[in-house]
Amino acid sequence: MSILVGSDTRLVVQGITGREGEFHTRAAIAYGTKVVAGTRPGKGGQTAIDGTVPIFDTVAEAATQAGANSSVIFIPAAGAPDAILEAVDAGIRTIICITEGIPALDMIPVVEAARRAGARLIGPNCPGVTSPGRAKVGIIPASIHKLGRAGVVSRSGTLTYEAVQAMTDAGIGQSTCVGIGGDPIIGTTFLDVLKLFRDDPETEAIVMIGEIGGSAEEEAAAFAAEHLKGVPMAAFIAGRTAPPGRRMGHAGAIISGGSGTAAEKIAALEAAGVRVADSPTQLPRLLLEAGYRP
Amino acid sequence: MKIQEADAKSLLLAGGLPVPSWKVARTPAEVEAAARTFFAAGAERVVIKAQVLVGGRGKAGGVKLAGSAEETREVGTRILGMDIKGITVRKVLVGAAAEIVKEYYLGAIIDRASRRIVLMASAEGGVEIEEVARRNPGAIHRVSADPELGLLAFQARALGLAIGLRDPLLSPFVAIAEGLYEVMKANDADLVEVNPLAIVAETTPDGTPTRRLVCLDAKVTLDDSGLSRHPALEALRDLDEEDPTDAQARRLGINFIHLDGTIGCMVNGAGLAMTTMDLVKHYGGEPANFLDVGGGARRETVRGAMELILGDTKVNAILVNIFGGITRGDEVAAGLIEARAQQLREVPMVVRIVGTNATEAARLLMEARFETATSLDEAAEKAVALSKGASL
Repeated sequence: MSILVGSDTRLVVQGITGREGEFHTRAAIAYGTKVVAGTRPGKGGQTAIDGTVPIFDTVAEAATQAGANSSVIFIPAAGAPDAILEAVDAGIRTIICITEGIPALDMIPVVEAARRAGARLIGPNCPGVTSPGRAKVGIIPASIHKLGRAGVVSRSGTLTYEAVQAMTDAGIGQSTCVGIGGDPIIGTTFLDVLKLFRDDPETEAIVMIGEIGGSAEEEAAAFAAEHLKGVPMAAFIAGRTAPPGRRMGHAGAIISGGSGTAAEKIAALEAAGVRVADSPTQLPRLLLEAGYRP
Repeated sequence: MKIQEADAKSLLLAGGLPVPSWKVARTPAEVEAAARTFFAAGAERVVIKAQVLVGGRGKAGGVKLAGSAEETREVGTRILGMDIKGITVRKVLVGAAAEIVKEYYLGAIIDRASRRIVLMASAEGGVEIEEVARRNPGAIHRVSADPELGLLAFQARALGLAIGLRDPLLSPFVAIAEGLYEVMKANDADLVEVNPLAIVAETTPDGTPTRRLVCLDAKVTLDDSGLSRHPALEALRDLDEEDPTDAQARRLGINFIHLDGTIGCMVNGAGLAMTTMDLVKHYGGEPANFLDVGGGARRETVRGAMELILGDTKVNAILVNIFGGITRGDEVAAGLIEARAQQLREVPMVVRIVGTNATEAARLLMEARFETATSLDEAAEKAVALSKGASL
């Protein structure tokens, strides 16, 4: 088992003919992900990736004709919200949007539409999801992974790679690595992923990578204290030394009643029994100290 | 992107909100001339407000009242050129001083947690809302706009009632709240704040005393991701107040924040860039900047980023930390090699490139004789050592 993507994933790549779409589709296929279709409106009937992947004009055709059940989006910001909605409309259950730079106000009704349809949207502005040994969807480098039983959830992109590499180097494999994205409006939160990990029999330890701003880490900490007792957990929060006021939204700080600094997040996590690392390279050691035996 | 109060007020006015008239002045003479028009229209006093993008200008002495044209000139002379948190005041807003009966707070924000636009109101207006949130969080009332239907009239009414407004000011409040929501949507703003929204006492032309709700201050920040579809708003960017490097970084499409240290950092991804800074500090160094080259950076971007870093004369060591995902290591390595061939001064550098196309990157860097590191901690330690004069 794994969460979100796995051996039953049948992927359609929205924007398969673009520079990034093509590059990362090749990497996904090389990893063993079942890429069953790509979309490029107006090029339906052609093929991509050296003739191995059929191109459809619409996601609906990719779903009905190629059996796609998951989608990954490599479409520029202006068209990405529409691409998500098209996937929702086609009945795709897991939609992973890599695109960055989508205006936040565009995402509000899109996230709502996905929620109402019961579709799981990851991102936007996220690195994707990998279930090692089974499927890799997105832009996370394949080489950093190792199959195992620790789940990873992160708001960051490259910082996730850093943490996962450190785990793999220390012999701690992963069940699934989820990059939820760093935008203000995202489809799936820390909390959502923690719930999925709790219900996944294969995940026995959890690593969380957060950063300053907002209150998602605090909410995750509260959930962990209540529902993840006995699950070894370690976390890292980026931005301890970041200058105040530059990245941390004034608005986010108000709505959460003043939280958002690294110090507050670290305190909330530690109070919930989560070990917090000074450097992402310490995460494997902290998991072991928390009692995890890979 | 932050915009000045006067520009924020223009956006509110365009949205049909009640904003008392104002003028912007850049010299003491202009301040006096503007004040004279308000005195001529019957104002007893005028208010002069520094136009800077940092908070706390009132406490810093950047907001003053004056009772005569001569006095406004003096006040103008004092405020223009004043330094507020490192920003030189270059312009002021001049307007008739209102007779304030009561002050409220009204703001619209994008709330990450509920993933909706949230309108907040408080009867404790005119003070920093963060202060209210700390001291008396129950005094801040909130409603969430429907993701599809928007802010509904009954929600706006509920907010007005919660802060104690009744007939005849409730309907105007509802119109203001709805207007605020529309201003946010129309401009891709991520924050629209009126503090204070005030009940002011006025006299109609026939001499009848009256009370109405007006927006006495305005703060708007725009979502950078939405700016490309509002070319007119780009013109509101205050170039006077930004570091020249900000414009250069924007052209390159990178996130750059200048800091006070000596170690220039080039990293891909905001989280990893912050972590790299954290580790530089952890190992006893001081980062000179936060620099995220973004996802999928090409060699031109890398070259430009290196120019930005070297433009800071305090930089005496450089740390490049790239974990390739969508960014390809060989592309970054090629950019670094090109940058070094062109750069005007030699600064010791340590480069760590892992992830996508790292093998090709390693080959390029080895051929070009770059100092490299394998782990993030090793790279940070080496950069700190280089900055302190060590040779590796």
